[in-house]
Amino acid sequence: MSFGKFGKIGYVSETKVANFVKYLEEGKIMATRCEKCGKLYFPPRADCPDDLSMEMTWEELSGRCKLLTYTMANFAPTGFQDDLPYIIALAQCEEGVKVYSLLSKDIKTDEIHIGMDLRLAPLRFPNGRITYELEKV
Amino acid sequence: MDVAIVGVGQTPFSRGCGISIRELCFEAFRDALEDINLTPKEIDASVICSAPEYDQQRSPAGLISEYLGLTPKPTFYAESICSSSSTGVKVGYSFIKSKLHDIVAVIGFQKMSEISSAEVQERMGRGADIQWESPFGTMMPAGYAMFAHAHMQKYGTTEEQLAKIKVKSGKYSLLNPLAMYRRAVTLEECLKARVIASPLKMFDCCANADGASCVIMTSEEKAKKITDTPVWVAGIGAASDTLSTTSRANLAGLDCAVEAGKQAYKMAHIEPKDVDVAEVHDCFTIAEMMAYENLGFCKPGEGGKLIDESQTYIGGKIPVNVDGGLLSKGHPIGATGGSQIRTIVLQLQGRAGKTQVDGAEVGLVHNIGGIGLYGNVTILRR
Repeated sequence: MSFGKFGKIGYVSETKVANFVKYLEEGKIMATRCEKCGKLYFPPRADCPDDLSMEMTWEELSGRCKLLTYTMANFAPTGFQDDLPYIIALAQCEEGVKVYSLLSKDIKTDEIHIGMDLRLAPLRFPNGRITYELEKV
Repeated sequence: MDVAIVGVGQTPFSRGCGISIRELCFEAFRDALEDINLTPKEIDASVICSAPEYDQQRSPAGLISEYLGLTPKPTFYAESICSSSSTGVKVGYSFIKSKLHDIVAVIGFQKMSEISSAEVQERMGRGADIQWESPFGTMMPAGYAMFAHAHMQKYGTTEEQLAKIKVKSGKYSLLNPLAMYRRAVTLEECLKARVIASPLKMFDCCANADGASCVIMTSEEKAKKITDTPVWVAGIGAASDTLSTTSRANLAGLDCAVEAGKQAYKMAHIEPKDVDVAEVHDCFTIAEMMAYENLGFCKPGEGGKLIDESQTYIGGKIPVNVDGGLLSKGHPIGATGGSQIRTIVLQLQGRAGKTQVDGAEVGLVHNIGGIGLYGNVTILRR
């Protein structure tokens, strides 16, 4: 399983956490937990820098999170221009980790406020690629 | 043994300079050697600084060293994106302090017009974590815009307060002949400008530019033979933070700047209140406001009040970016740190003309790479 289909545009195809995409296809957003020190990582990591362990377990996130900060982008890098404007957001998951993603287009601009409840969910593109986004609860 | 800066130089910053990178570097180098008793042949080593993704030339240090007549002396390449030439100054300091070299030229450059706008757009998208953040279409203004919203939420900072930082920049830009934009702007113009990444609007953002800077550093012994007005490197701090936004502990400030500042203050045996004039990395207005707080010019959350009270103008508590800053000068990535150091050196030598801060003894340079990725603080003393 390649990681190459992750995101609207991807820059990384080979990674030890490529199974993240397989889980995403199944509707699950997975983090990794270091078996040695117990630290939870999202985005998932294959290697723990705290104890140099490579023993990790996949663990599903609930998807429940709160908005930490955001911006509505009116300019975009190559390949993203057709989607403008879009809202990039950082959210805090209830498990303590943070997630960087886009806010769903369903959320109206005047509804956005820091601290609002959001749900992290998989999103499929018509061309078969896959990602996750932050949806309205 | 102390380390001195004996000469500083800079080209005009412009959009589409019409000359090559070697020629840009030559002009900054020539400017730095003007009025000091030093010839190129006496320089022991050079440190060349740029962000390579904007260069056509592979390994530009060799090219620049040759064109400036510095071969066969060793040349090195330093990179920390927007703070590359501050990193170069740290490398130069280490060379001199270790007595490996006595006289070092640090040359920073960027010709951002060397690649097409489409190529710039493509590279901008890869400035974030390419595995987990770039696939969402992020770029530099979006990163700082997210800091701005967090700062506004946490401290009640307003868009007007951010705009006031650009108004200050515009005022001083009129006095800097090397600045790309030499134009005063009103608060209303700033607030009505088109939104780039909310809440940041056009005038909250600096612009890409072409330009070069040069800083000549020497040992204490050599400095006295080269100039009557050496400026001393009193403190140097450097730190890093995570590239990924998800791993940042602080969303309303740059922890790498706080850490680099602490190191530099400690080394210089001074406190923030002892700084007479400062250059901070205002790639965006919010970046300057966070710098006020991160460097201890005011308490966290009081950056808005500091600009409301005009305390960062000449005559205020701590004049900041009185050369117009990146917001007006433009931001030729690899040249920026050297340009900031040049401004402070001229201030401490009493050569800053109409923007001279009377009696400036201690100056500070805050130069950030990326979205708070690399923090560099340099303290200079007359």
